[in-house]
Amino acid sequence: MTTTATPTATHENGSTTADPYELKVGLARMLAGGVILDVTTVEEARIAEDAGAAAVMALERVPADIRREGGVARMAALDRVVGIRDAVSIPVMAKARIGHFVEARVLEQLGVDFLDESEVLTPADEEFHIDKHAFRVPFVCGATNLGEALRRVGEGAALLRTKGEAGTGDVVEAVRHLRRIGREIRELTVAPREELMTRAKLLGAPYDLVRRVAEEGRLPVPNFAAGGVAGPADAALVMQLGAEAVFVGSGVFKSDDPARTAAAIVKATARHADAAVVAEACAETGAPMRGSSAAALEPAERLAGRGW
Amino acid sequence: MSAPAVGVLALQGDAAPHVAALRGLGATPREVRALADLEGLSHLVLPGGESTTLAHLLDLFDLRAPLVAGWRAGRLALFGTCAGAILLGRDEGEAPRRLGVLDVTVRRNAYGRQVDSFAEPVVAPWLGQPPLGAVFIRAPRFADPGPGVEVLARRGDEPVLVRGPGALAATFHPELRDDARVHALFLATRPAAAEAAAASARG
Repeated sequence: MTTTATPTATHENGSTTADPYELKVGLARMLAGGVILDVTTVEEARIAEDAGAAAVMALERVPADIRREGGVARMAALDRVVGIRDAVSIPVMAKARIGHFVEARVLEQLGVDFLDESEVLTPADEEFHIDKHAFRVPFVCGATNLGEALRRVGEGAALLRTKGEAGTGDVVEAVRHLRRIGREIRELTVAPREELMTRAKLLGAPYDLVRRVAEEGRLPVPNFAAGGVAGPADAALVMQLGAEAVFVGSGVFKSDDPARTAAAIVKATARHADAAVVAEACAETGAPMRGSSAAALEPAERLAGRGW
Repeated sequence: MSAPAVGVLALQGDAAPHVAALRGLGATPREVRALADLEGLSHLVLPGGESTTLAHLLDLFDLRAPLVAGWRAGRLALFGTCAGAILLGRDEGEAPRRLGVLDVTVRRNAYGRQVDSFAEPVVAPWLGQPPLGAVFIRAPRFADPGPGVEVLARRGDEPVLVRGPGALAATFHPELRDDARVHALFLATRPAAAEAAAASARG
């Protein structure tokens, strides 16, 4: 039996018997309750896997370093992605620039398991995002509000995440985005049906998705937290606010003991509603990254404003 | 017959669709995160997720030994899908460490990466019609099932759903489709005492 014999394993889009979108959202659901860690080296990827991370995000630089060093942030060097891909058995994600569908194709070719069309990198297109339905690999996209979330789902994102404010270690923006999306969903569930078209117009979101959210009271795909989660208490907070899993970037490998901090965040995420377990996890971490207040950022320094 | 007391391991992975599937069958599933949550359960689902993460968390929260002991004593039937199936398999020294309650080798990521994931109808005599829509996501493969292990569904030649004494495992995700036939089969699976397991292993 060869591993290529399945009729749906062709890498071309649209010619399969199965709906690849179901497979994409399916992988997103498998990550629920987990922690996805930003890593820049093979050693960091192994630390993440040993600490119980459900996936890793292979990066050239963590967001805190992108902020400090400036310059154009592009997809990671391919040998770096391949090294990390081959070093771990858990899913490997990588980031492409907003609108940069060629970076996305290149990363798809490498067999990356999930792509993040990410505002953390310098946008390649200031008007349009990638047509994510055209890919076999699933995409995650950031969103600060419900309209943005449903636009990304309309384009084919199989997973959403808050944008937060990456690289700050300040969780306030991730909290704001979770609260806002939750509130906007609740508002839709009580809106009379005749209001939904105008609400779709005001949200800037596809009508069919707005109607679905109004009926089901939840997003069509999972929503994770990202951007500023710096330790176990932050992770438990965003989980209790309704995030289904947590992306952690600079928070682990900018702490003084990454292996311990990673394991503690994994522990607190899995048992986020149990204060005794979260307290244990907090006691087990290294000193957190120092961070910077998201409120003190200049408008041009805010990554969450990228994306349209 | 009242529905058995069933739980779903809810530390990491897709516990929610399993809970929904079991509710649809009239059960009132309990989410299991700690030892106390196992009290009184006769059935437990190990969901899809990341098997290394699930194994890590089972050890971290001291759940591994109680699960194996409950199965061995004939108190607890176990059902694993995908990552859950990996954990139930034979312990052959590979990471992540398996529970060893099902006499079958389970190879991780055996079809390739996410771009090689697929969905396909699976036919089996016990199912009747229509075929079962099976979703394989970074799926594992079963190999060398022991004499006490019954193959309940195949894809081509290879087993994708197997049952041993007190344990059921699928390499696909029945919880992701609106079809609860495999979950119904699990609720009808009795916890098996260790003697029965050993007898069955001898064939």
